[in-house]
Amino acid sequence: MPRQTSLLLSLLAATTLSASLPSVAIAQSQDVAAMSEEERRGYEIAARSDQSDNGFGGSVVEAQMILRNAAGQESVRDLSFQTLERENENVGDKSLVIFESPRDVEGTALLSHAQILEPDDQWLYLPALKRVKRISSANKSGPFVGSEFAFEDFTATELNKYTYRYVGEEEIDGMMTDVIERFPRYERSGYTRQVSYIDQEVFQLRRVDFYDRKDALLKTLTLTDYREYDGIWRSHAFSMVNHQNGKETDLVYETYDFSQELDAGDFDKGVLSRIR
Amino acid sequence: MRAFGTWVALAALAPSLAFAGEWEFGGELAGELRAFPQEPALDAQLSDFQPSAVVLGDIRWTSDNGKHQLVAVPFYRLDGEDDERTHADLREGYYRYAGNNVDILVGAGKVFWGVAESRHLVDIVNQTDAVEDIDEEDKLGQPMVKVSLLKDWGTIDLFALPYFRPRTFPGSRGRLRFDPVINADDPIYEDADEEWNTDFAVRYSHFFGSFDVGVSGFTGTSREPRFTFSPEGLDANGQLVPIYDQINQVGVDVQYTNEAWLWKFEGIVREGQGDTFAATVAGFEYTFFGVTDGGADLGILVEHLYDGRDEFLAPPTASDNDLFYGARYALNDFQDTSILVGAITDLENGSSSGLVEAERRFGQNWTAELEARFFYNVDEEDLLSVFQDDSVVTFRVTRYF
Repeated sequence: MPRQTSLLLSLLAATTLSASLPSVAIAQSQDVAAMSEEERRGYEIAARSDQSDNGFGGSVVEAQMILRNAAGQESVRDLSFQTLERENENVGDKSLVIFESPRDVEGTALLSHAQILEPDDQWLYLPALKRVKRISSANKSGPFVGSEFAFEDFTATELNKYTYRYVGEEEIDGMMTDVIERFPRYERSGYTRQVSYIDQEVFQLRRVDFYDRKDALLKTLTLTDYREYDGIWRSHAFSMVNHQNGKETDLVYETYDFSQELDAGDFDKGVLSRIR
Repeated sequence: MRAFGTWVALAALAPSLAFAGEWEFGGELAGELRAFPQEPALDAQLSDFQPSAVVLGDIRWTSDNGKHQLVAVPFYRLDGEDDERTHADLREGYYRYAGNNVDILVGAGKVFWGVAESRHLVDIVNQTDAVEDIDEEDKLGQPMVKVSLLKDWGTIDLFALPYFRPRTFPGSRGRLRFDPVINADDPIYEDADEEWNTDFAVRYSHFFGSFDVGVSGFTGTSREPRFTFSPEGLDANGQLVPIYDQINQVGVDVQYTNEAWLWKFEGIVREGQGDTFAATVAGFEYTFFGVTDGGADLGILVEHLYDGRDEFLAPPTASDNDLFYGARYALNDFQDTSILVGAITDLENGSSSGLVEAERRFGQNWTAELEARFFYNVDEEDLLSVFQDDSVVTFRVTRYF
């Protein structure tokens, strides 16, 4: 999944993913020379997509999450995301997610410091109690706030969290995409594999099919409304459909703001208690 | 009159700030019904039902650059039975300057320190609004000047607390109270300045890898009152008079987070109430993630409570050598349904109090909560014995705005 998804909760869940990631050393040891032709091609296409996100710096964006059950009932959550790009390849992004609605959880916030070698660091802020609580980042496949997104779906899409296999080409919405299977290398994933579709023009992720632990099709994520910000692409509409329970979750982003000059101090644990 | 001066300064500041910024108005309205299945121990106490209503306002102004903020969170409860539980408070009412590495708060504020679930030992800044509930989770707004330094090596909070808020207690109609009733409004203070004694507090907090650490110090008026259960401890109306001592206290709170384990410790050392004593809470929280297809989590909580305070010269506590054990079940559905079941048992005499809390959201703006608190196996010598006829079921519906 593209790095921007990481926004979602990169932090939230990121921890989990990167936590279990082998390590940079191992990750970097994905030895292209030792790969089969399909593996190498899949890896290179995924790598090109990953690199297209480098240099975004920091971003602030508001989003609305719309949860819909099989009967069509809806529940809406408003969120704001602040993300700071990783300083270097040895650490992950930092992010802060603040809930603006429903009103009973307004001001609740999740701060994440994604790691590569170690479990991510995550803190929850509970505004009614003014309490900052360090939480476990071990929960990868669990639902994020009752949505069809799992924590791991939000993880920063570090390239080396998966191995890859090139499958072929397919046209989506009049756009040619490369179809690549990817297999989680981290532990505790809820998926055996994912099938990703990356367009051939600007190398962005357009769709992902998720297969559960029994290798049955579980969910499909569709990413639309891509807009370019000075060379950085962001989808503004994520739609996750669960084929097994009939539920779906849409995540709709407003315009990204990359101009806020965020720095590490904006992501210190101490900032949580002044959110609300 | 120091607080008055502060408000004058704030009032003078407010208009000049009011040019550019964003106002937010919110709040909540709640209806609550407490039901007591047992007959009261005392004739004066209410029986059966205790209805009440709560209004909580939430008014915020934030400057365009986000650096200046004015906040007011007024609270009012109207209780149908207990006049003392009908009360108002300014939960929060402050001006805040949020700089890059510094945060300054002037006014009535609320802070939380600590990591444990069953007892908040190190959390000393805000007074407990004990007429709300006996769980010590509800707090009164504390007048303060708070300066926080936020650095990459941690956060330092410095507090000057110019005015003391005495603890609230139920009136004669109320359940869950001592006999005789406590005269909350007319306490005795050790310090001659009484509630105007300025208290000071400091806290350093940070994390080191998987360890989150807080170290705190406090000097001033004890938030916990003690009582003298003898004729000289009573006022002219025969009511118990709270006594607030001057104390010094240091506290430490540590959490070690490893995969699904949270290991927790809080400890204090306090002087000023009989012999210097220590108290601790130590335990863990372990979560089984994804126990159902829907992704529900089941958390197990265990904490040991120890308190070495003097039985007569220090405020009373039931947590001298007790074990808390409980489970929290979170459905992770979109109504955020969760259930907490737990109990605290005295390891020496077996006296126990149990708790069940269930909550769920309905629609976008409503929540419903059901709480049951019950006392069982209570030893006549245990502090819990005053509550043993006061097992209670509380139902609360809240509308958020």
